[in-house]
Amino acid sequence: MLADKSGSVETISSTPAEGIRIAGLTKSFKVSGGVVRAVRSIDVTIPPGQTLALLGPNGAGKSTTIDMMLGLSTPDAGSVSVLGRTPQEAVDAGLVSAMLQAGALIRDVTVRELIGMVAALYPRPMAVGDVLELVGIADLGQRRTQKLSGGQTQRVRLAVALVADPQLLILDEPTVAMDVEGRHGFWAAMRAFAARGRTIIFATHYLEEADDNADRIVLMAHGSIVADGAPTEIKARVGRRTIRATLPDVAPERLQELPGVAAVTRHGETVSLVCDDSDVAIRALLAAYPLAHHIEIAGADLEQAFLELTGDEDIPVGEAVA
Amino acid sequence: MIAFAYTRFEFVRMFRNPRFLIFSIGFPLILFYAIAAPNRNVRSFNGSGISFPLYYMVGLAAFGTMAGMIATGARIANERTTGWTRQLRITPLTTRAYFRAKILTAYVTALLTIALLYIAGVSLGVSMSAGDWLEMTGLILIALLPFAALGIFLGHLVTTDSMGPAIGGGTSLFAFLGGTWFPIAGHGFLHDLGQVLPSYWLVQAAHLPAGGHPWHAMAWIVIAVWTGVLSLGAAFAYRRDTKRV
Repeated sequence: MLADKSGSVETISSTPAEGIRIAGLTKSFKVSGGVVRAVRSIDVTIPPGQTLALLGPNGAGKSTTIDMMLGLSTPDAGSVSVLGRTPQEAVDAGLVSAMLQAGALIRDVTVRELIGMVAALYPRPMAVGDVLELVGIADLGQRRTQKLSGGQTQRVRLAVALVADPQLLILDEPTVAMDVEGRHGFWAAMRAFAARGRTIIFATHYLEEADDNADRIVLMAHGSIVADGAPTEIKARVGRRTIRATLPDVAPERLQELPGVAAVTRHGETVSLVCDDSDVAIRALLAAYPLAHHIEIAGADLEQAFLELTGDEDIPVGEAVA
Repeated sequence: MIAFAYTRFEFVRMFRNPRFLIFSIGFPLILFYAIAAPNRNVRSFNGSGISFPLYYMVGLAAFGTMAGMIATGARIANERTTGWTRQLRITPLTTRAYFRAKILTAYVTALLTIALLYIAGVSLGVSMSAGDWLEMTGLILIALLPFAALGIFLGHLVTTDSMGPAIGGGTSLFAFLGGTWFPIAGHGFLHDLGQVLPSYWLVQAAHLPAGGHPWHAMAWIVIAVWTGVLSLGAAFAYRRDTKRV
């Protein structure tokens, strides 16, 4: 009796029943002149309730991974398990919904009609009015979909995904085409949704966006996972900003000694300082060399950071040509 | 409930798009009057024993509905290009409910086209018994099945860019070889070819009022085979069509 009981408890606790498990996931595409290995045997386990950012430059394999998680694409090898089911089963049961990358809305219907139709496809949808409220378009319910601005369209697309009230919400570069204000509103709505214990996976190529909104960042480049950890950890590895300034007659070695600076290069009169902490570095630079001018501070160059993390030798055929 | 919600949605969209309705319903009607009105007194067109207005009433009903069915493909191709089809695929909407909505909306457009052409036909002196009207309509609706499948097949196969030529060319070819515009001779290559085309049998529904049962076993087999093959093609195209377009 006792042995039986403990046995069954162990079985339950050792199975991440509600999470997402990706194991050995692999996908290649044929292109003219070769094969692009879009996703190369990745492994990720995502516990329920986590907000995870898939971070990487264009062509990293984020969208291909998402397509396989949604059953829109079949892996060449490996598997995806969503809430203990296959992706297609999870979709059919209404447990998953997604806001896919880009895409216009269908024409000739009002926003309310569109969201209402999608709601009717799910077993336990949110109320249409609540969803419109949540994404900040309560006043646009009667508007025809072809008469929306770019930012409004993105919000309606988000509403299409949210009205399902899914256990897992997938967002593929959701804030593209949104202005700054729109992004703030968007992520506020996402945090409210995550607070209800739902799992969110979003793809982005903005480090800041991943850092601000995710519990965990999975960094992808050229189809592989190159880093996986807490945002602070990832930011320390790839989040270096670059200060460029016109500053003649100062030796790079001297600049290297400034606090917050990791590396220095000089091109003629221009110096580039790669910084661990650009705030500290810029203050020190101006204090020590007030003649520095034409100053630019550029955000983290993810593509460059990824190349450093992955090494150059492993670039797929299709991209090497381009 | 799910099927109903999506079907209703498709109907709302169709009737909100006046251009689609005007072209698919109005065009055959105008063409009918332009061709048949000046020849309304010809009792036997090209010796077929069928009056000129009747021949073109059914000919244009065949052409208009066939074109309407295949034009469903243009709507589907457009929905794919905008990414809407992929969004629908990640909802619990079943493939069956999706196809049902597409086919039902296409059939309602076809029925409107047919009804208007019948009214126009009667206004030019076409008359037949209630039984003939019903049987003819029934056969037309059955003969449209392969074209409904063809529309969905093309919609998931062809991109928006090449959809115009695909629809225009396909419809014209089927219409011409099926005898929509001129009676097919009683023998020869065109006759033999026509026998295996669904559009031929669609037009043959016109022979009803001229007496006899025009659809022998061959007609049913041709319609069934085309419907079967094109449905398989449509299902195959829909399943493999999950890529970003």
